Amino acid sequence: MQNGQEPRKHTIAVLVENRFGVLSRVAGLFSARGYNIESLSVGETLDPTVSRMTLVVRGDEFVIEQVMKQLHKLIDVIKVTDLTDEDHVERELMLIRVNAEPQHRAEILRIADIFRAKVVDVAPLSFVLEATGDERKLEALLELLRPMGIQELVRTGKVAIARGPKTRTRKAEGRRAPRASEDPRVVGFAD
Amino acid sequence: MKLSGARILLECLKREGVDLIFGLPGGAVLPVYDALYDFQGIRHILVRQEAAAGHAAEGYARTTGRVGVCLVTSGPAATNLVTALQDAYMDSIPIVAFTGQVPTHLIGNDAFQEADNVGITRPCTKHNFLVKDTRELARVIREAFYIASTGRPGPVHVDLPKDILVKEAEFVWPEQVSLRSYNPTYDGHPGQIRKAARLLLRARRPVLYVGGGVISSDAHRELLELAELTQIPVTVTLMGLGAFPSEHPLCLDMLGMHGTYYANMAVHHSDLLVAVGARFDDRVTGKIEHFAPQAEIVHIDIDPSSISKNIKVHVPIVGDCRRVLRALVDAVREEGGEEGLAQAREARRPWLAQIAEWRQKHPLRYEWDDNVIKPQYVIQAISELTRGEAYIVTGVGQHQMWAAQYYRFKYPRHWCTSGGLGTMGYGLPCAMGVAAAHPGALVVNIDGDGSFVMNSQELATCYEENLPVKTVIINNGGHGMVRQWQEIIYRGRFIAIDLDRSPDFVKLAEAYGCVGIRATKPSEVVPALEKAFATPGPVVVDVVVDRWEFVFPMVPAGGANRDMILERPSRAVKEQAARSQTGF
Repeated sequence: MQNGQEPRKHTIAVLVENRFGVLSRVAGLFSARGYNIESLSVGETLDPTVSRMTLVVRGDEFVIEQVMKQLHKLIDVIKVTDLTDEDHVERELMLIRVNAEPQHRAEILRIADIFRAKVVDVAPLSFVLEATGDERKLEALLELLRPMGIQELVRTGKVAIARGPKTRTRKAEGRRAPRASEDPRVVGFAD
Repeated sequence: MKLSGARILLECLKREGVDLIFGLPGGAVLPVYDALYDFQGIRHILVRQEAAAGHAAEGYARTTGRVGVCLVTSGPAATNLVTALQDAYMDSIPIVAFTGQVPTHLIGNDAFQEADNVGITRPCTKHNFLVKDTRELARVIREAFYIASTGRPGPVHVDLPKDILVKEAEFVWPEQVSLRSYNPTYDGHPGQIRKAARLLLRARRPVLYVGGGVISSDAHRELLELAELTQIPVTVTLMGLGAFPSEHPLCLDMLGMHGTYYANMAVHHSDLLVAVGARFDDRVTGKIEHFAPQAEIVHIDIDPSSISKNIKVHVPIVGDCRRVLRALVDAVREEGGEEGLAQAREARRPWLAQIAEWRQKHPLRYEWDDNVIKPQYVIQAISELTRGEAYIVTGVGQHQMWAAQYYRFKYPRHWCTSGGLGTMGYGLPCAMGVAAAHPGALVVNIDGDGSFVMNSQELATCYEENLPVKTVIINNGGHGMVRQWQEIIYRGRFIAIDLDRSPDFVKLAEAYGCVGIRATKPSEVVPALEKAFATPGPVVVDVVVDRWEFVFPMVPAGGANRDMILERPSRAVKEQAARSQTGF
């Protein structure tokens, strides 16, 4: 079908039953229908019977509408939300092992500091940095580290959450839910 | 009460109202067969190949409206069943398929007759389950039947490891099914229905385009009421045949690639197209940009993902076809009142006259021949002899299209054909399921010589289980539809289509214990069919027809519907067809 809309990235949150095989149902749907997943991350929610997936998908309005409908059609899918045009926060966690020659060590630490990245491993000739942020921030960090030589890189894929309402219409939750990026149970991949 | 998993399975089937299962045993499901040995109330029909069990379950489901059930073993049996599952998935047929699996501790070990059954069936079922605990079995089976039969129906697969069937557990029948992640919408949105009603009253050139959804939701009465009330002509898809009586003056017969001239012209010129339980399949629309270009489109479907998938819809209504049509009839009455309705009916007189003109100009037709049997004539003869009241099942190919075009349908749920997947060999096993579900009824399997041999081994099942299927082979000595495409689109470069050395189908039937009859001249057709229908038990009628007869009208794949080829084409038309061949 013709549609004037340009393809763009959408961030879609999917609540699913925390059951064996759900991930392959979602992944299979994308491969069967020829949609592209840019990233996907999965983790348990506060309710251990429910998992939450965050998908980043590129497509025009028409493709995204179909993606949402097809996701919803899966029996194990409880809720599908497109966060793209909602007020939301997106984060991704990245681990980078970067060359750290003596003449570059101070520079790398300075960059890490500016980007609020943590050094989580120090070796004679390399650092491992842990960084979180949105896509633009992480890309900028990588750009600065590239000249030193990045040995290996791993990203969790994006996770996203809607912001709370700006007016005091709801009681605040007693306990703050851990941010997904801080949650050790979040696993995922990016390509 | 503690029962073995196998016994729990049978107790659940009984409570789901299952009276028939189609299956074939093997190592992994032997516990179920052993439990069947002294279990009352379920008839098991032993098929000869597993796909046949699936197709038979489809035939049962299509004609009864209940869930069809099949049971096969692990590994190769499950992979053989895959075709039937995909077939049921594409045509939205509710079946529950049980497969055996190696014991849970061997899963993943490459054990004998092991396959990743749920991995294989995941994309070709509505949902599937691997049962890992006998205590879950009853709940899973309950959910499987619920999912298969509600919302947009479809196949559900349950994989049963052998140890799960042997272990015992407390049997608790779950009275209720509640799935927080699955809640189909049945009632259409009242505002949308009102909007659609206003469009129906206002339209000058409306057409109802109805598909299999009308049959699966038993909406034929509501459809008839709406069509008559508003005087809107009705065209049906291959899956929708029988949803509207063929002899009704408002019936435009089938549309699409091999649809009638008048149906395709009516849709092309319509200003309002109301799609009911249909999905704008490529065989219906042809080139999508040229499909109903001036029409506003109302789409009623229970599956939201069918709406605006292939074509932009102006008024989407998600819901069960029967409930939405009921509400639409009421809304039309309310919105229009007696006067408004009378006006609307009056205003579309010219439209109906125009359609009548198209119908007169290009009815379905073929050239009669005194010496060679024309396949269309065979279908007409079947239609007349059965008065449109038999259960008709087909294979896939030219004979299927002729059956769709020339059989005069009276009732819903009397037509079984592989629409979406186009599974050759579907006819005989499906007809078997229909015959088993309706003892005493006349079940005719219209098949092709290519299609029939893909599952002809099931004649043995028909004979042994006394399933009196009457198979009529439209024998044109080859894969006729491919021959037609090679002639029209591939410039007559015929390859891999001739089946001149097919077995003697009369002898083949007799070898299986069935009755075989042959007709080679037009004058023999009716007597052969009469004899077949009067003979008890399974019969095969081999009708030798003109191998150069083609299905018309025809829209070359990827072409626009208005560019139908109506008769044996000239060279220029063939060249054009070859060029416009952008689809498949």
